[in-house]
Amino acid sequence: MELLVASAIGILTAAGLYLVLRLRTFPVIMGVSLLTYAVNVFLFASGRLTVGAPPILTDATTYTDPLPQALVLTAIVISFGMTAVVVMIALGAFLGANDDHVDDPKPEHETGDAS
Amino acid sequence: MSHWVILPIVLPAFLAPFIVLAARYHIGIQRVISLAGIVGLIAVALGLAWQASDGTVTLYQLGDWAAPFGIVVVADQLSTLMVLLTSVLALFVMLYSIGSGWDDRGRHFHALFQFQLMGIMGAFLTGDLFNLFVFFEVLLIASYGLMIHAGGTVRLRAGVQYVLFNLLGSTLFLFALGSIYAETGTLNMADLAVRVQMFDPLESSGIRVAAVLLLMVFAIKAAIVPLHFWLPSSYAEAPAPVAALFAIMTKVGAYAIIRVYTMIFPPELEATVGLHGWWLMPAALVSLAVGMIGVLAAKKLDRLIAFSVIGSMGMVMVSIALFTPEGIAAALYYIVHSTLAAAALFLIADLARAGRENLNLTAQPPIAGGILTAAMFFVAAIAMAGLPPLSGFLGKLLILDAAFDTATMVWVWAVVLGASLISVVGFARAGSTVFWKAKGVAVPEDAEIAVPPAALSYVAVGGLITMLVAHTVFAGPATSYTTAIAKDLFAPDAYVSTVLDTPGKLSDYKDDGYGDDDHATDEEGEH
Repeated sequence: MELLVASAIGILTAAGLYLVLRLRTFPVIMGVSLLTYAVNVFLFASGRLTVGAPPILTDATTYTDPLPQALVLTAIVISFGMTAVVVMIALGAFLGANDDHVDDPKPEHETGDAS
Repeated sequence: MSHWVILPIVLPAFLAPFIVLAARYHIGIQRVISLAGIVGLIAVALGLAWQASDGTVTLYQLGDWAAPFGIVVVADQLSTLMVLLTSVLALFVMLYSIGSGWDDRGRHFHALFQFQLMGIMGAFLTGDLFNLFVFFEVLLIASYGLMIHAGGTVRLRAGVQYVLFNLLGSTLFLFALGSIYAETGTLNMADLAVRVQMFDPLESSGIRVAAVLLLMVFAIKAAIVPLHFWLPSSYAEAPAPVAALFAIMTKVGAYAIIRVYTMIFPPELEATVGLHGWWLMPAALVSLAVGMIGVLAAKKLDRLIAFSVIGSMGMVMVSIALFTPEGIAAALYYIVHSTLAAAALFLIADLARAGRENLNLTAQPPIAGGILTAAMFFVAAIAMAGLPPLSGFLGKLLILDAAFDTATMVWVWAVVLGASLISVVGFARAGSTVFWKAKGVAVPEDAEIAVPPAALSYVAVGGLITMLVAHTVFAGPATSYTTAIAKDLFAPDAYVSTVLDTPGKLSDYKDDGYGDDDHATDEEGEH
């Protein structure tokens, strides 16, 4: 299971970074989402991997660490909100400039020469 | 337990929704509430700073839960100094945004401003790394709104970059927190300080990775080269009062580095040895150089100031990277100075917009209200470039003095002095082009007569400059205060014992032996 979780985090992160480096709005937002999934799984794993144990202090002999679950919950809520914000701003920028590149536009004198 | 400590967070948190709900259609009422809130905030901050000034550490346990499990808010000298600085800066920035009418050019400026203040105050006061993350997010969400306030395509594009860069930074922050939690089983700063000390240096690779990740996160916030790319466009395109308020946001990164790397990962800790000298110091020197070269190379006034912010953060980081009490004391003095100077410069750049087509560094007809604006630019530029007699010069002297006995002395002196010279040239060129050469350019016949900026705008900038002068005049008391702070930071026993030994709910549970049950070593045994 360790291998499965570790490779899942690794693949998600790699795919996310690749998409972020595409520098166009839609792939970048997808990439950021993948990265947040990766970090959520990573946070789960930081409390050690346990199967079939309750996340609360009960009379049970084994229990899984409850704190990472609380952290993940907060992280998920925040990342959802952030993604919504970036979608709205990116949409505004796209509608205004008719261009979905994330990087700076070329300085005016360079584009002016071409046209 | 006194509730004063959490008031800097709670007051803006209540005012912001109140402004949205009760006063959303009345800009006048919004302004009154917002200003009253900030004045109240200054009063609270003064009270807290006075309370902390003798070295008392005030602890506030949320819901009365004891420290390693519960959330705590801690006010010590460093936190209260930063809280006071933020609230004073907020007052002048708010006055400017009212005077210049920036707050009326889009909706919800005042509410977002209050949320921004809440996030910054929370980041300074929290005693828990995860809550530091949460407050970072609060201040970032508010800053996204403020950054694109008043709209416009260019601003939205810069906003997309800013949001995305910070989203990636947040992801990195969570990775760092996950690694720290996996290694130590706690995220409370005081508890971490105790547990990290107990690590066997031979098995410390995990905690070292966590420390480096965390340093990177804070370096993104502080815009240290090579993680500074988000700053120039975002700060140059943001509305002027917002950019001025953002001057404190890079300092949040510097504050977090000072806090975490004096308390949790102190320089003598074997697990993270070399992190400051080998990694932070070169990065700081390069950002100082890059920032000041950017000042020389910038083609627009607002970009020039954004680069000078990078340079001044480099200066702060050079001083922090020395990691001696003298270095930290000098850094704290310089943080106060550079926050005020950068904010004043951003506002002055906005004043210079009156009657100019753009802020390009080209000779254009004289601006409205030119003489006063030019005089203010002159003073603020002297402060930022670090020429005598203002506090930038004193701060730089303190930094050079702190570096005098260290092995990196040659590098620090060479880069600091060289960068200062370059920035003087850069500012002189910008000032003479914008304000002086304007006299030689004829005003076109059909030009509209530009309206000079409102008197309140000048009052706000003048207030910031007065604070700079006061910071210079009272440099003696200020430095002895920062020296006392630095001394306490390197002996965090009072902080740690206040946080961990104050009783609350679950304290008796800890005495039953749970506290001794070290999560990390315990788990290590099972593998």
